[in-house]
Amino acid sequence: MAEQAIAEVASFHVTLMIRRFDPEVDSEPKWVDYDVEMFGTDRVLDALHKVKWEIDGSLTFRRSCAHGVCGSDAMRINGRNRLACKTLIKDLDISQPIYIEPIKGLPVEKDLIVDMNPFYQAYKDINPFLMASDNPTKERLQSPEDRARYDDTTKCILCAACTTSCPVFWTDGQYFGPAAIVNAHRFIFDSRDEGAQVRIDILNDKEGVWRCRTTFNCTEACPRGIEVTKAIAEVKQAILRGRP
Amino acid sequence: MAVTIETPNSPRTRKQANWEKYGWLFMRLSGPLLVVLIFTHLISNLVVGEGIKAIDFAFVAGKWADPFWQGWDLAMLWLALIHGTNGMRTIVNDYVERASIRKGLNVTLWAVGGLLILLGTLVIFTFDPCPAGAAAELLPSFCPAS
Repeated sequence: MAEQAIAEVASFHVTLMIRRFDPEVDSEPKWVDYDVEMFGTDRVLDALHKVKWEIDGSLTFRRSCAHGVCGSDAMRINGRNRLACKTLIKDLDISQPIYIEPIKGLPVEKDLIVDMNPFYQAYKDINPFLMASDNPTKERLQSPEDRARYDDTTKCILCAACTTSCPVFWTDGQYFGPAAIVNAHRFIFDSRDEGAQVRIDILNDKEGVWRCRTTFNCTEACPRGIEVTKAIAEVKQAILRGRP
Repeated sequence: MAVTIETPNSPRTRKQANWEKYGWLFMRLSGPLLVVLIFTHLISNLVVGEGIKAIDFAFVAGKWADPFWQGWDLAMLWLALIHGTNGMRTIVNDYVERASIRKGLNVTLWAVGGLLILLGTLVIFTFDPCPAGAAAELLPSFCPAS
């Protein structure tokens, strides 16, 4: 009896409304609905797998690790940017269809896949690597307090959920975007790094931190729970001070 | 042998000096200042003393005869118009995608803002409730001519 209770996982029917676009056939993206039977333990990614493996093999989306680490499957689910692999279907309102779209503000290539290059370019532009002039013959030591200063921003997995939730980024693709600023923050406040001034100068740009309107969309979207808007505010403060 | 790695990423070229930092700072400073200026203005005009019943032409004329209130109103005028115009500019920059329309709207904004500041400043400093040579029936009762 106890074994049976454990084995029973509630199943339910859900409708997925997926924004689909095939550049070789369609001129405009269109909504396509799929009915699938899912279980209480399933995530949106499992539903997408079910569609792709059992209903329509042409459905195209990115996923790699499928466990919230690689950041490949950021998508807009019921109007919010989330990772499909970290969103349980039972946590959504399953009495309604679940709407799944590609993240906004980047060019759609096919179905849920967008061109991430503009996003990565902004990331590259803030020099996302340690800039140190000393000869690296031994370990660079750092106190736990100094490490804690930028701990939050080390969690970024570059999934683009924050940047593509930003209304400024939607209309102005030139804006560096929250993810690039978060990764600049990670080095600006690193006591071992010497490139803070360079990054501060880069972000004190017309399209830099001053375009942030503190709408907190990015903080809400981050699947890693990074306080993105706070990090951007700290970079603004650093620019005003002229040093970290 | 030491390996030389070429610079992995060429730095962004600085396009031009930009005022965004100062614009952002101005909005943060002028905002709280405006709250104080405007609410003091409202309370002193509408609540203190006889309150709203005291307001008439003579009341305004009396205030603008005082350099303190001239300075107060000048600060309100300049800060509110620059704050508002700059706020509109950021909205235009956020939502207007075509560069030519954006430029046109921004030029119009600053032209209108500048004109209003100019006219307002002119009125605050040149306001004369009893201009010489004016028709007697147009002048308020407290003018010596009437």
